[in-house]
Amino acid sequence: MTNQGPRARASRVGQGSEHDHRSPLSIHDMTVAYDRKPVLWDVDLDVPAGQLVCIVGPNGAGKSTLLKACLDLVPKVSGDIRFWGKGISRQRGKVAYVPQRESVDWDFPVNALDVVAMGTYGKLGWFKPVGTKQRKAAREALDRVGLQDLMDRQISQLSGGQQQRVFLARALVQNPDLYLMDEPFASVDASTEQAILDVMRQLREAGRTVVCVHHDLQTVRESFDWVVMLNMRVVAAGPVEEIFTIENLKRTYGGRLTLLDQAAMALGRAHQAGERV
Amino acid sequence: MDDFLRVLLLQEYNTRLVVIGTVLLGMAAGTVGSLLLLRKRALVGDVISHATLPGVGLAFLFMMMFGGSGRWSPGLLIGAAAAGLLAAGLVMCIRRTTILKDDAAMAIVMSTAFGLGIAVLGVIQDMPSGNQAGLESIIFGKTASMIRSEAIGIGITAIVILVSCLVLYKEFRLLCFDEQYAGSQGWPVMVLDVALLVLGTLVTVIGLQAVGLILILAMLIIPAAAARYWTDRLLMMMFMSAGLGALSAWFGVTISALVPRMPAGSIIVLSSSVFFLISLLLGSRRGLIIQIWHQISLRRRVGRQHILRAIWECSEGRSSVHRDHLIGMRSWSTGRVARLLQAARRRGEISMDSEQVILTDSGGAQARDIVRNHRLWELFLIKHADIAPTHVDRDADAIEHVLGLDMVEELEAALSQGDTLPTSPHSIAGVQS
Repeated sequence: MTNQGPRARASRVGQGSEHDHRSPLSIHDMTVAYDRKPVLWDVDLDVPAGQLVCIVGPNGAGKSTLLKACLDLVPKVSGDIRFWGKGISRQRGKVAYVPQRESVDWDFPVNALDVVAMGTYGKLGWFKPVGTKQRKAAREALDRVGLQDLMDRQISQLSGGQQQRVFLARALVQNPDLYLMDEPFASVDASTEQAILDVMRQLREAGRTVVCVHHDLQTVRESFDWVVMLNMRVVAAGPVEEIFTIENLKRTYGGRLTLLDQAAMALGRAHQAGERV
Repeated sequence: MDDFLRVLLLQEYNTRLVVIGTVLLGMAAGTVGSLLLLRKRALVGDVISHATLPGVGLAFLFMMMFGGSGRWSPGLLIGAAAAGLLAAGLVMCIRRTTILKDDAAMAIVMSTAFGLGIAVLGVIQDMPSGNQAGLESIIFGKTASMIRSEAIGIGITAIVILVSCLVLYKEFRLLCFDEQYAGSQGWPVMVLDVALLVLGTLVTVIGLQAVGLILILAMLIIPAAAARYWTDRLLMMMFMSAGLGALSAWFGVTISALVPRMPAGSIIVLSSSVFFLISLLLGSRRGLIIQIWHQISLRRRVGRQHILRAIWECSEGRSSVHRDHLIGMRSWSTGRVARLLQAARRRGEISMDSEQVILTDSGGAQARDIVRNHRLWELFLIKHADIAPTHVDRDADAIEHVLGLDMVEELEAALSQGDTLPTSPHSIAGVQS
């Protein structure tokens, strides 16, 4: 952090960096602290539109906090966040958040359809109850993630992967242009992983942008277009094939990159090189 | 008996008002309690209620200072509500700004407020006009001496609370389930939380006159906890909780009107505790008895499937088996095999000729399905989960009884197995291969 401290950043800011109005999410000089301990430091980031973007970094790097701070769910020390050039309060309808599965109590007395229907609350606004139209939209979203048969299930009766898909369906109902997902692949079964990936690819085809906090370095190459490597500050960000290198990973993870991860990375690169030849 | 019916059926005007007021209070408490319980704020009700004591006392002193009698009850209740909200706010502040957790923050605020309340009451009782103030009654409630205007006030406030809960149902449901997601949609989480606390405070304040500040927590939480045993839907839970709250309130007021010196508050709480106990045992969703029943019926199904599979596997369903042979196949006792065989015979799955057991046509078909599921699952474990053939038997044993039709279809697809019966991937205990 010595060479890229606040001061080094400030000089770049001084050159007049403007928010890109086409960027679905543009973060400028953001710092977040919990109990005065900084979690994110001078984050600058312009997420490109229509791409699958993942945020990787070690535990405690501030990945989840980054998403929450963008959505104003945690207080910021400083920073300016723009969604297509405007503040979050004017763009809520175009952004959907998929929280971590562990963040809620799944024993809550609702069924899968009820949870997915929560995606329509934002558009419904105050006091208006959920109606037939909203329920139909929720059913369609459950269909897209392959859970149409389980819509009457109380949510604790769903497997972890199914619960994750319910959360994804709830975001789909909002029909947003930008998805912010917090670890959607954390401890899910193989078929759920595939289902979520399929939906993400459909979203990209439809021109939507997905930003995903991700923990599995071995799937970054095959699943994402763009990568943000984060450890309190942005170590590197850009297209996966340029940025996702061993050197950058080492800078992101410090010495903590396991031998296994390195080996898998090397294999992946060799494999890709082989394909190009 | 006549007395009992007269009171129970609300034939006396004064009792009728008190009963209706208290029943509405019970409904409001049950409804708000459901939400507080799911928001994991059950004990905040306790903080609010204990803080109402100094609130009432200070309001009394304040009104005395300005020349009033100090006993004007709307004034006292406003004092109670303000103090309750202040205490709840204080808990939130402590939690946000210090390292203390919820429980410590609540304990500090609650006991401090109550101590302050007792001190203020002491001061009031020393005053010349103080000892008639009757402020102690808010500790334990005073349904018996409740006057008409108070009952009407309680009823109207309770209706306002109930309507608010219904109007804000969608918002509260989102808040209680997933606060972060609510925030991401732009809902003001803080405002909604305060709204819920205000409703909780209103219930507490109107409950002071009926059951007193110590027992009001029971009216908030016990019916809600009981309702959770019966349903998996929030709206249903709120309705049931309101219903149980209303019933308890009705019993409480009625019985206290009949039995001299029996305070309504304690009967209300005791009857809701009885409802809770019944729900804990009999609840249709998570009651103990339904859970035990599920376990028994699973064990029965497992026993039935095991015996049929054992008979089939002795000869792949072709010939009869001696009973003693079956005993050797599993760690079964003689008595258990006898019981299992008897049950199977009653269901018409086997017939027995002295000690020889043979599958009937329908029993054979069922046994074949059971064996097939077991072997499909074994094959799947060997091929796709890399488990050694010698180990799969026990794994498959555990899971074959819960294989649904859809899972069997998936298995067939994964193993590209038609309707055939695969041979066992391992030798079967007690059978010469």
